Amino acid sequence: MSNRFSDRMLSLRDWVDARFPLMHLWEDHLTKYYAPKNLNFWYFFGSLALLVLVIQVLTGIFLTMNYKPTAETAFASVEYIMRDVNWGWLIRYLHSTGASFFFIVVYLHMFRGLLYGSYRGPRELLWLVGMGIFVVLMAEALMGYLLPWGQMSFWGAQVIISLFGAIPYVGEELALWIRGDYVVADATLNRFFAFHVIAAPLALIGLVAMHIVSLHSVGSNNPDGVEIKKKKGADGIPVDGIPFHPYFSVKDTFGVAGFLVIFAAVVFYAPEMGGYFLEKDNFTPANPLKTPEHIAPVWYFTPFYAILRAVPDKFIGVLAMGAAIVMLFLLPWLDRSPVKSIRYKGIVFKSALTIFIVSFLSLAYLGTVPATPIATWFSRLFAVLYFAFFLLMPIYSKLDKTKPVPERVTFK
Amino acid sequence: MRYLIVVVALLGLPQLALASGGGNVHLDHVEIDLKNNESLRHGAKLFANYCLNCHSASMMRYSRIGHDLDMSDEEVELELLTAGGKIGDTMTVVMRPKEAARWFGTAPPDLSVLARVRGADWLYTYLRSFYRDDARPWGVNNALFKDVAMPHVLWELQGLQEAVTETTVDEEGHEHTHITGFKLVEPGKLPPDEYDAAITDLVNFLVYLGEPSKLQRLALGKWVLIFLVVFFVLTYLLKKEYWKDIH
Repeated sequence: MSNRFSDRMLSLRDWVDARFPLMHLWEDHLTKYYAPKNLNFWYFFGSLALLVLVIQVLTGIFLTMNYKPTAETAFASVEYIMRDVNWGWLIRYLHSTGASFFFIVVYLHMFRGLLYGSYRGPRELLWLVGMGIFVVLMAEALMGYLLPWGQMSFWGAQVIISLFGAIPYVGEELALWIRGDYVVADATLNRFFAFHVIAAPLALIGLVAMHIVSLHSVGSNNPDGVEIKKKKGADGIPVDGIPFHPYFSVKDTFGVAGFLVIFAAVVFYAPEMGGYFLEKDNFTPANPLKTPEHIAPVWYFTPFYAILRAVPDKFIGVLAMGAAIVMLFLLPWLDRSPVKSIRYKGIVFKSALTIFIVSFLSLAYLGTVPATPIATWFSRLFAVLYFAFFLLMPIYSKLDKTKPVPERVTFK
Repeated sequence: MRYLIVVVALLGLPQLALASGGGNVHLDHVEIDLKNNESLRHGAKLFANYCLNCHSASMMRYSRIGHDLDMSDEEVELELLTAGGKIGDTMTVVMRPKEAARWFGTAPPDLSVLARVRGADWLYTYLRSFYRDDARPWGVNNALFKDVAMPHVLWELQGLQEAVTETTVDEEGHEHTHITGFKLVEPGKLPPDEYDAAITDLVNFLVYLGEPSKLQRLALGKWVLIFLVVFFVLTYLLKKEYWKDIH
């Protein structure tokens, strides 16, 4: 009986395979995709980002069924989801917590790239596509944050869209065009909803597919920064490579389980995360006539917001904020070190990276507090250090005393 | 490890520099208990009697309160639906926002999620901080929310208190008057400790109102976490088993 069943399943597979490259795809991306065996903790975050994307898409679909994107109804419909929709509170908290975790995971994923030089050749395009994902993700998050139509949704969007107004000559017209009104209003909410639920997710999924195809073409980097494809066995398989499935599929499942423990702890026990994931003021409905005392963007934008505020001139501030993101795009060409991985880089690069991390986290903190003079001066200091990390990299990465890179990956 | 200590130490710098600023308002702390149905029911009753005439809670249904607080439909109708309406209705008020704004200066906000904005301590302090001020239209002011448009609706319960003030002179010779406490000048129906207890119940209800599914969330969370921890251990063992082959 069971034999006949498995035979039938196999013949079904062959039937499909004759008409669609099923086995080809399966082997190329899973069973015969060879990943370095020394991938460590930092390599969990790619698959986790994919997991969070799936969580966001699925919960988003169910939220859309009850959310009503008009200025009159948006706030109340979110509370309707929280109270009257079966399991609505859970779906909403999964989505709101998922948004913050998306950034946590993506920031850690990018930090991994910095640690091990994953942006270096031949992975420049892989890095650029990844940065494209990051930019689209920021747009997705910004537009999604408007939808609950709370005070922070409204005033956050108001501030960020008005930044476009700082561009000389075309700025005001551009901001008007984005809003569809003279202030953030019903028209803005409607179009942001359209972008949030279809345009940006489509772009995201497309870019993610490109990111993965590109990764599987060049192969994963690893903590040693050694190209495993340079040492192949007689069978043409990299000697330090192991099939993604089953080795990394079980390992990533373990990573997913660990992630979900932390994620669920937040969803069920601290969905507001002390006002960082769900800001307190956002439980007040949007009121265009009442500006809140302190407008703070959600935590994942605060490093860039702090850079913006550090500059006295608004337009130059906007440029600085944009440049802070552009710097990341340029990394593959800024790093001139003969080695990729931090393991073989010298004290200069290690110190620079430390200063960068401290600056980034400090800017993130400074972006959440009111712009007092002392906070502004600290923001300026850390913004300068942030840019110095990138702009001086061609010099210090060359001067740095590196250690010899081994022939093969290290694996204990 | 040493590296981590350096990073953490450096991160402390800006926080230290900023910690000094900020004028804090003192809030009285209140212990609320969402599992105490008796307190919640009392709070709901106070809410329906005193708040719901001007403030709506338009995102909340009477039936949901009845269900969550173990009240029968008859009890809900008798105790909460005093102004009429159906049990499946949301808690709206008849007063129109425009008219309310004309009468009070500002329309009373909807209270559905107010506790999530203000927090329990703020509400507890606010509702106990009204004092006589003949300069205000309703004859009262509030020490926490200066020149608030709301009259002291719970006056008949608390009575009327006067502010005890203290005047200090700063270095430049300017006088500053602070409210340091209150003195009850006209007793109400409830002695002070019972009034505080009533306010505790009302705040408890407002917190419940802000997120009615909170207890369900916490209860479910326990099981989800237990499952996930078991799953985590199993996936770890599975990973270890597979990776035995890799040298």
